[in-house]
Amino acid sequence: MKPHTFVVTVEDLPGVLNRISSLFRRRNYNIDSLTVGHTERPGVSRMTFVVLTDTPGADRFAANLYKLVNVISVADITNTPAVYRDLAMIKVAAPQERRPEIVHLVEVFRARIVDLSPESLTIEITGGEDKIDGLLDVLRPYGVLEMARTGRLAMTRAARANASAPAPGPVADTHDPQVSYSV
Amino acid sequence: MKRTGAQILWECLVREGVTTVFGYPGGAILPAYDAMLDYPIRHVLVRHEQGATHMADGYARASGRVGVAIATSGPGATNMVTGIATAMMDSVPIVCITGQVGSKLIGSDGFQETDITGVTLPVTKHNYLVTRAQDIGPAVREAFHIASSGRPGPVLIDITKDAQQSSCEFDWEQAAPKPHARPERIVNPDSMATALQLINSAQRPVILAGHGVIVSNASATVREFAERAQIPIAMTLLGIGGIPASHPLNLGMMGMHGEAWVNTAIQEADLLLAFGMRFDDRVTGNLKTYAPNARKVHIDIDPAEIGKNVPVDVGLVGDLGTMLESLLPRVAPGGRDAWLQHINGMKGESAVRDIKNLPDDGHLYAAHVINDLWQATDGRAIVVTDVGQHQMWEAQYYHHDEPRTLITSGGLGTMGFALPAAIGAKMARPEAEVWVVAGDGGFQMTMPELATIAQEKLDINIAIINNGYLGMVRQWQEFFYERRYAATPLLSPDFVKLAEAFGLAGAAITRRSEVIPAIESARQHAGTVVLEFRVEQEDTVYPMVPAGADLHAMIRRPSPLVETAEDA
Repeated sequence: MKPHTFVVTVEDLPGVLNRISSLFRRRNYNIDSLTVGHTERPGVSRMTFVVLTDTPGADRFAANLYKLVNVISVADITNTPAVYRDLAMIKVAAPQERRPEIVHLVEVFRARIVDLSPESLTIEITGGEDKIDGLLDVLRPYGVLEMARTGRLAMTRAARANASAPAPGPVADTHDPQVSYSV
Repeated sequence: MKRTGAQILWECLVREGVTTVFGYPGGAILPAYDAMLDYPIRHVLVRHEQGATHMADGYARASGRVGVAIATSGPGATNMVTGIATAMMDSVPIVCITGQVGSKLIGSDGFQETDITGVTLPVTKHNYLVTRAQDIGPAVREAFHIASSGRPGPVLIDITKDAQQSSCEFDWEQAAPKPHARPERIVNPDSMATALQLINSAQRPVILAGHGVIVSNASATVREFAERAQIPIAMTLLGIGGIPASHPLNLGMMGMHGEAWVNTAIQEADLLLAFGMRFDDRVTGNLKTYAPNARKVHIDIDPAEIGKNVPVDVGLVGDLGTMLESLLPRVAPGGRDAWLQHINGMKGESAVRDIKNLPDDGHLYAAHVINDLWQATDGRAIVVTDVGQHQMWEAQYYHHDEPRTLITSGGLGTMGFALPAAIGAKMARPEAEVWVVAGDGGFQMTMPELATIAQEKLDINIAIINNGYLGMVRQWQEFFYERRYAATPLLSPDFVKLAEAFGLAGAAITRRSEVIPAIESARQHAGTVVLEFRVEQEDTVYPMVPAGADLHAMIRRPSPLVETAEDA
């Protein structure tokens, strides 16, 4: 069992997110994170999932998604070089005397301060989950008042095919070489 | 030329080849019902919308065509849910059409408003909420395609009242389903090679033939495959009929109530060839000890089934018939006499326990009734069963030789299925002899459909196996709950009088000698006859693999030749 990252494109229609979340619920999938947004193509939404599963489970996850009519493409990019990003906004307690320390931490993590008030600072950070978790760890002693995180976004690296594009030609897919598909 | 949404609906249904629909009118679907009168459609008025879905289901299973059910919004739609879930579990192509409140009222808790697309989301292959007349045609055409392609299943189309009433231009061609982007799957040649190597080197292989054999119309190909390689065949409940029961390689049904030699063969096998089946828990028993020495090759059209319950060595995804045809030329012929003889030996040992050998001792046993029904109908009837003990006895003692002659709710196990599904089957194949085999419990769940039979003047014969209990539940209470019969003793109406009240014929049978004459006279009678067989009350289906137990750890038929609970 390990986290698998999927990039899934779907038709941008009412109820599609519900169909997908209903699938996860009834098949008892363990979803770590889920993000949804527009793509470069009108009418197509892109979702990024992180699912805790094993390899055969990941194959069935994709197969079950393909059973939903509104799903356009499913790509498991776990073993593909890719850039992962998460965005967090963290509101931290910041009395005057401790501010310089916090500002220093923000600089170290290459985060940004996007709002401040007499008692608090709001920090924006993008990066991999580890980096955000790292900043959180060092901020926690000051008192994290509020946090919002997007969950993982993923994009395969330049030379690779567009993970959100429909597969170009025939694919003998899945990780298990013994499982083949035909239609 | 402009047409109303309601007209477009019927135009599309007629063009999809629909001649019969099963339904119940109501406010939100009234525009569609009004337009229906102008189209060549036979509408069967049901007595409950659940019946409509089971009829569409029975129609589809008997014919292979898409069955259609229609109902109004709210309670009409929610009453369909059980039938839709039944079709989903058993991969049956049906299209359900429901009326919906006007699009402006949606979300306002309007009268008879239910979010039926939300309710049916987990139990449909796909569903639609259509709020504009111009979207009706594309939805109907795509629904038929989705219901009948790939792994078949139910599709629901919810159409608002204003979409039915408003008008637009309609063009059949433009409403054609647009293909949904899917990666093109190809068969991995390595997988084929591995499968062939496993098949050709196996000493003790068993074919597990499921519903997919029938859905894929692959009966002849599976037979050819089995005959060529001399591989015995075990069937799932829904696989029955896919391979003739009389075929020498056909072992019979596997699983919880499969015969001992079938389950033992599976446990001793060195290769399982799963053809269009999904390793349901009723088939495998304890997964940890299931076929421990067997390699597994799984062919199924649904990739999500590969490795779901049982890890497999090779999974081949695609149409079963096509897949087998490409394997066949490279399958090595025969040479498994020792294995077949071994299984035949087990069969001979079991045969002495067979209830058929029980002499007439004044008791009437359900298994005898079923066996007599098989003989009296030459094994050629379409038998539609309900769910429970009688269903298992049917599977054991009615030997089906043709596909689509046993119609039964397998995956969902829906009591009340038999009577309405039989109506659908009879409408699909009016020339066929159709029998309902139901228990006294399940029959009472959808009994009002007798009125539908009377109104449509159908000739369906009905065998009620009345043991005065919810028999299968009672059996579990006997085995696992110390015979504490909580809520299983069941009072029934006088079924003979009931039949007469519906304008049908009825007879009660209490002795074995009366069974065949009663069946014969029902067959001669023009019109439906309800036969109530008052059978032994505490009778038990054997063998039985307790739920979750090892497949080989079955409770055998008591020997010699006793099977009432008192004697067990």
